Amino acid sequence: MFARQQWGLLLMLLALTVLGFLISLSSGSAGLGIGEVLRQLLQPDAGLQNQILFDLRIPRSVAAFVTGALLAMSGVIMQVLLRNPLADPYILGISGGAAVAALAAILLGLGAYWISQAAFIGALLSVLIVFGLARSSHRWSATRLILTGVVVSAGWGAIINILLTTSSNNSVYSMLFWLMGDLSQSRVGGFGIAVLASGFLLMMYYGRALNVLSRGDLQAAALGVPVRRLKLILYFTASLLTACAVTIAGSIGFVGLVTPHMLRMIGARDHRILLPASVLLGGSFLMIADSAARTIVAPQQLPVGVVTALIGVPVFLLILRHSNRHVQE
Amino acid sequence: MTDTTILSLHELSLSIAGRRLCHQLSLRLPAGQCLGILGQNGTGKTTLLHTLMRLREPDAGRIELNQRALAQWSREELATHLGILFQNSHDAMPATVLEIALMGRHPHLANWQWEGNEDIAMAREALAALGIAGLEKRDIQSLSGGERQRLAIATLLTQRPRLFLLDEPGNHLDIAFQVQSLQLLRSHVQTHNAALCMATHDINLAARYCDQIMLLTGDGECVMGTAAEVLTSNNLSHAYGCEIRSVSTDDGRQIFFPA
Repeated sequence: MFARQQWGLLLMLLALTVLGFLISLSSGSAGLGIGEVLRQLLQPDAGLQNQILFDLRIPRSVAAFVTGALLAMSGVIMQVLLRNPLADPYILGISGGAAVAALAAILLGLGAYWISQAAFIGALLSVLIVFGLARSSHRWSATRLILTGVVVSAGWGAIINILLTTSSNNSVYSMLFWLMGDLSQSRVGGFGIAVLASGFLLMMYYGRALNVLSRGDLQAAALGVPVRRLKLILYFTASLLTACAVTIAGSIGFVGLVTPHMLRMIGARDHRILLPASVLLGGSFLMIADSAARTIVAPQQLPVGVVTALIGVPVFLLILRHSNRHVQE
Repeated sequence: MTDTTILSLHELSLSIAGRRLCHQLSLRLPAGQCLGILGQNGTGKTTLLHTLMRLREPDAGRIELNQRALAQWSREELATHLGILFQNSHDAMPATVLEIALMGRHPHLANWQWEGNEDIAMAREALAALGIAGLEKRDIQSLSGGERQRLAIATLLTQRPRLFLLDEPGNHLDIAFQVQSLQLLRSHVQTHNAALCMATHDINLAARYCDQIMLLTGDGECVMGTAAEVLTSNNLSHAYGCEIRSVSTDDGRQIFFPA
């Protein structure tokens, strides 16, 4: 019944992903067009174009895809965990912790590698703080978790502002880029890809249980879902995915909030469809946004987080309007 | 002969926040029978159902499902034998009517398994029995309160438990649907060798469909027996703390109402 229509959706998203890769690979300041990119991919030679493609463009496109996929999947999980459609990957303060650590690393003049390591540690620290504070003796409620996350975020926000206002102009510029989310220095290693793949498989394993859990804790427990254990798994999986994304590209907004919503609105409600769909859509969305970030004001580059909001807001509002009309009919 | 015991309670004691809800309660519910749990607000009807569902632990005593101690069942296994209709449902996330009904199959499927044609047929059959087959593609958020309640009952039927626990099954339903839904559940229970416990405020509904009645009077006391034994003006007036009278209808049924 639902299957045929939804497999169609996944195929369309797969096509979008391929398109996204081609757009992403063929945009940039070196004037390497789509025809040239395809030729280099099929018959690589040893020239400069080949070097640009394999050393610069492909790693950046892959980083964009993986980051977008991590954020979108984390958004799906957070929305189920907190049963709140406004939840996004950063709602529990992960980006704040990462930002404080990354900004401190920038302030100390450390290189890109150490900045991302610091961000990862800061993110995990924040995860543990929120978890420790939100866990009470008997109940682990969504409201308590959100409140703790929001308050801890506010605390990180204050520290971020202190760092911004007391730093030299030069480092403030790098800090702002980091805070808005930026892919120009991004590389993704085996670790990021492994986290994405294993997180995806784990969530697919619990796919049907996620459907049931989104109907409420009691209902899920009555249908045999080990609610407490599953929620712990969701919390730590979403946190790890977000921490990885933040480590790769800073805190890029909007992808994690909007991607799952768009997909739900066009009919991907079953998590076994929603999860792969959000990986593909989140990944291609970020690749395309990053291409725009590189070309809109070339040779200057915009932080990609600005572009995700610029593209995402109107598209989201359009879909929202359309789906409202659909419901009223 | 269908004389298998589905549910039995052995000297069960329950309390909530230091208040005693029931004390050394024993009971046997055979296949094909319906048990009605009546009592004033706050006497512990819902708590008792949740304890039977093992969503909370009793203070003392033993519960057996299919002649096996409840504590020995795993959560997954329990969900294949025990189903509950909650008083309230939460529907923050979008889902269609058919998708929700199919959730009743969750405990019967393995982790990577998808719902098959057989599961879909079961869900459709239940939706049709509750008269909402035409809504199967509708989103749950567009349903009325009564339609949601019928969907919740359809989901429970799709789950096919041995023991049905119902918390206020008449919620949001008009008189016709109350009677129709309970008739349906009762005949399902009788033909499938299952059993049913319902907590309700509606004395007349309980009188009409339940074989046994448990009347909680607060403070851990409780009157039990067949519907005819327990449902008397005296017992009910005592339990509810207000005078309750009854009249007989021309087909010999007792109707209870507050004086």
